Amino acid sequence: MKLHTITAALAMAGLGFAGATVHAQGISDDVIRVGFITDMSGVYSDIDGKAGLEAVRMAIEDAGGAINGKKIEVVSADHQNKADVASARVREWFDEQKVDVIIAGTNSSTSLAMAGVAAEKKKPFMAIGAGASDLTNAQCSPYTVHYAYDTVALARGTGSAVVKDGGKSWFFLTADYAFGHALERDTIAVVKAAGGEVKGQVRAPLGASDFSSFLLQAQASKAQILGLANAGGDTINSIKAANEFGVTKTMKMAGLLVFINDVHALGLQATQGMYLTDGWYWDQSDASRAWSKKFEAKVGRKPSMLQAGDYSALSFYLNAVKATGTDDGDTVMKWMKSNKVNDFFAQGGYVREDGRMIHDMYLMQVKTPAESKGPWDYYKVVATLPGDEVYTKLSESTCKLVKK
Amino acid sequence: MTDIFGIPIQALFGQLLLGLVNGSFYAMLSLGLAVIFGLLNVINFAHGALYMLGAFVAWMGLSYFGLNYWIMLVLAPLIVGAFGILIEKLLLKHLYKLDHLYGLLLTFGLTLLIEGLFRSFYGVSGQPYPTPDALRGATNLGFMILPNYRGWVVAASVVVCLATWFVIERTRLGALLRAGTENPKLVESFGVNVPRMITLTYGFGVALAGFAGVLAAPVLQISPLMGSNLIIVVFAVVVIGGMGSILGAIVTGLGLGVIEGLTKVFWPEASSTVVFIIMAIVLLIRPAGLFGKEK
Repeated sequence: MKLHTITAALAMAGLGFAGATVHAQGISDDVIRVGFITDMSGVYSDIDGKAGLEAVRMAIEDAGGAINGKKIEVVSADHQNKADVASARVREWFDEQKVDVIIAGTNSSTSLAMAGVAAEKKKPFMAIGAGASDLTNAQCSPYTVHYAYDTVALARGTGSAVVKDGGKSWFFLTADYAFGHALERDTIAVVKAAGGEVKGQVRAPLGASDFSSFLLQAQASKAQILGLANAGGDTINSIKAANEFGVTKTMKMAGLLVFINDVHALGLQATQGMYLTDGWYWDQSDASRAWSKKFEAKVGRKPSMLQAGDYSALSFYLNAVKATGTDDGDTVMKWMKSNKVNDFFAQGGYVREDGRMIHDMYLMQVKTPAESKGPWDYYKVVATLPGDEVYTKLSESTCKLVKK
Repeated sequence: MTDIFGIPIQALFGQLLLGLVNGSFYAMLSLGLAVIFGLLNVINFAHGALYMLGAFVAWMGLSYFGLNYWIMLVLAPLIVGAFGILIEKLLLKHLYKLDHLYGLLLTFGLTLLIEGLFRSFYGVSGQPYPTPDALRGATNLGFMILPNYRGWVVAASVVVCLATWFVIERTRLGALLRAGTENPKLVESFGVNVPRMITLTYGFGVALAGFAGVLAAPVLQISPLMGSNLIIVVFAVVVIGGMGSILGAIVTGLGLGVIEGLTKVFWPEASSTVVFIIMAIVLLIRPAGLFGKEK
């Protein structure tokens, strides 16, 4: 009983305090607090995870650790790919720990849940690892910035390249949750628009231990292309089983979201020739190579698009705080929506009113073992996909913030 | 072509066979759990981690020492078994007089330790392991292309399962083991070293997990998470079969693999839950499990 009373009193005090500071300018409670939340132990922990946290720390370090004498601090958490864990944690961060911005890692279900909490608290929410395009469409919010990539861009990048290459009939192996569904939906739209057809789909539970059964169903469909609408460990195990069961002899694989870590784990023998769309590649420019070298020195491997995105997004936010002199959510969002991203991650990138950060994407093809010069030299850039064309156009947007 | 509920019958055969392959892993793992629970009354939560360890030891043998699959198929279970004996001697031994719960908590803690250690060294994307040369390629069975390696998995696990069942249920050694757990004082008075017998039993159960790990290595990406993906299902298998029942573990392991395989065709979204639905139903109707005895 006594504990309850104390908690209630603290909560009341917290509410009063938060109420008083919402419109105050300057840095709230004299610290800029960054909350970084991602999958740190499950299937997606290699593509972001603890190394993503390292990228966040690098961004803070490169900003000098403080802005106008106010310290920048980071808190981090593992949401275990559970939406309820994620939203409860960020709510606690906002209410109890006075976190000012969320850098959100992998898993769309968690990001969709957290974006709602951030909107309620009027705090910027930078979604890096999540793919679902719903974040800037049906479920858009004035406080969300969807930074690195999304399912529409992946679908338009890989989907149209493959159809153009002659892959007209598709079968989808889809991860059974928000991200997989969105990626499947967006790719089907692209395939159909380009004159292709969809022979069927199968939805596999996230983290299934064996994919061979799903692959036999794909093979039985007699489609030319196997669209892998999954990510991380699921993609790895499906490609492995596809090779083993000879599915790759009759079907071509299109990895709709493949990270460089997946290619690294599978080896070029199993992945060569595969098309994929990526928002960033460590070997794309001098600036990327320089940053990647620093990153590799810390964590022992090359960065993925997400880890680079974590760094870039937070740096962009910190620039906003520095320029406006405040960590007030509305002010910072306004700055971010009227200034450009120019760094090793994106050139001339800008945040639209629906929250989508528009930047160029790249269509890649995985090198053959003979073409590769060594570990992490895996991609050939086949085409640069201009951001304005590859992301959802404002005219197609279903976001309520877009004025038409 | 004949169809069953819209699925060609040939495709169905293929799925049944795949179910059997997955069932083989369930059977081998739940067998180890059943042996350990039946004879030691310990709920060995570390089983998944030790299965993962088996796969990793095989991978390490190949990549650091150049030892091939066949050597590691023998060596890895021995190493994992020896590690198990160490766990029993140093830790588990002290918990036999306490409630089951303590053994479960200890082994759960061990799981977190072992998995965490491998995760921090190797990450979660895992390591690839090549299929041994002799088992490469695939056989066209008419209704499906079966990779030879998967056929080998079924054969190897059936032999190992039946041999284990035979030793425990039909030989003098097995009789001593069973008697030793019923009434250790009496068996000791016949001059049998019961504590050592128990230690070796734990080592053996754990070695089975290691063996399953080596078998799984070429099929799955060897990742620190491979055990935890599987262990919960395997526990459900043991509960359905009846805690401690050896035959129950084998039969339900294979059976549930097949049922899960069929679910992947008819209702793929439910394939990760179907085992638990069956578990709930079985517990309602027969609380001791299909092959368990009421106490």
